[in-house]
Amino acid sequence: MNPRIANKIAHGVIYTLVAIVIIILIFLISYILVNGLPYVTPHFLSAPSQVMNAGGGIRDQLFNSIYLLILTLIISFPIALGAGIYLSEYGSGKISGLIRTTIEVLSSLPSIIVGLFVYLLFVIRFHIGFSILSGAVALTFFNLPILTRNIEDSFQSVPNLQREAGISLGLSHWKTITGVIFPEAIPGIITGIILSSGRVFGEAAALIYTSGQSAPVVNYADWNPFDAASFLNPMRPAETLAVHIWKLNTEGLVPDAKQISSGSSAILILVILIFNISAHFLGNYLYRHITSSSK
Amino acid sequence: MKKYDLNDTYIASFDNEKAITTKNIQVFYGKDQAFFNGSLAFPRYKITALIGASGSGKSTFLRCLNRMNDDVATVKGDIMYRGLNINSKKINVYELRKHIGMVFQRPNPFAKSINNNITFSLKAHGMKNKKQLRQRVEKSLKDAALWDEVHGELNQSALALSGGQKQRLCIARAIAMQPDILLLDEPASALDPVSTAEVESTLKELKKKYTIIIVTHNMQQASRISDYTAFFYMGHVLEYNTTKNLFTNPHVKATEDYISGNFG
Repeated sequence: MNPRIANKIAHGVIYTLVAIVIIILIFLISYILVNGLPYVTPHFLSAPSQVMNAGGGIRDQLFNSIYLLILTLIISFPIALGAGIYLSEYGSGKISGLIRTTIEVLSSLPSIIVGLFVYLLFVIRFHIGFSILSGAVALTFFNLPILTRNIEDSFQSVPNLQREAGISLGLSHWKTITGVIFPEAIPGIITGIILSSGRVFGEAAALIYTSGQSAPVVNYADWNPFDAASFLNPMRPAETLAVHIWKLNTEGLVPDAKQISSGSSAILILVILIFNISAHFLGNYLYRHITSSSK
Repeated sequence: MKKYDLNDTYIASFDNEKAITTKNIQVFYGKDQAFFNGSLAFPRYKITALIGASGSGKSTFLRCLNRMNDDVATVKGDIMYRGLNINSKKINVYELRKHIGMVFQRPNPFAKSINNNITFSLKAHGMKNKKQLRQRVEKSLKDAALWDEVHGELNQSALALSGGQKQRLCIARAIAMQPDILLLDEPASALDPVSTAEVESTLKELKKKYTIIIVTHNMQQASRISDYTAFFYMGHVLEYNTTKNLFTNPHVKATEDYISGNFG
């Protein structure tokens, strides 16, 4: 075939494929936003949900999602950081190969299975019950592989020359990691945290049996996490936004279930979009900030 | 490719003061031997060039001198520095590397400001006094002939500097530790001719205070800046002499072919 024609055909095919991806994305997002945003009002965001009557909001579900995310990150980030540093800086040979395989297996587990496992072990066996803590543990299992991989990649993307520079100045490997490699890896790590947060934020299946499907009334003025009624109490059951959407669509008893579900979906999508966009800008900003002067 | 007799060597000896001396250095990567016989004495306050083709082992040899091969390869033989065999497990390598600094082939400033590039390692080694740190930054930048160009923007990112400036910053960073010996691994090979000239004139100034050992595959560079030259071939040191003698009157056939461009 004439190379020029072949080139043109290839171009056309590739552009078409890219267009399909973009069109699906735009269609999905705009469909959800167009259908959902009209129901998003200040009342919708600030009112508690209703069991039987119309006019419920998503205040508690939205807060639960954010709180669960924060707890998940508090548990999973230190573990992922340690594992990521080990894999990138210290691990070699068979052991790190084994760890990588383990991580891959963990990341390919269906989230409903992870949820059921945590349900059986934590909720039932350890008598923790449906709680934010159980949910955070389930999400940690779900989040760890992504985050570990991401941290390992962020460390790996720092050129080896930087390590040699540190070592040649008489610094220990550890000091080089903390003082040279880690600061350079931070933008990538932050981006990774935010992107994985988006996935955690939208997760439903792993939470149905762990953090539960009920949103008890909580007191937002009570800052003591050990009080049963406190909004910070990690031992209370907590329905998240994603679980709420699922529940409304399967067994919603409220007459405006469809509207609430649409509005919730719009909020969910918006939050995740904000996560993704801010990851991009924050990563760039941090990189500029870290590389220039820090007085 | 021509075969040269690896036993045909000419290692001149000199009776001036030595900064560091190696004896029978051998390097193994796993079971593969990469370096066979390195016995060289490096005169103090001189520039010694290590020349040879790619893969001749000159970088491998250089990296033995401040134990940069520690985690990568097994090094056998003795390296005598101030009466100590520094190729011994008992040596505190972190302390050693303060005395024997290194500059690499590609400029590798830290992703920090110019100032912090120099102060980071000083602070890590316990220097806290701000005034002292400021003086050390100024002095090392002046010694590396970079002060005039950057003194107004010490808080800018080092990554914004030009290639030659970055490499001189790396030199400044190394000499800020006030080492005895400076090892340079092809420091100008990634630079353009102007930057190369800058780095070379910096090195000529630095030899008043430091012993410099430089790996280069550029023979003109070796003849321009060095006082002594060692020729490396397939993991062996075949010839070692003053730069002048080595280039004008090579004793070994391989050296002669290499410097006349008749090699391989």
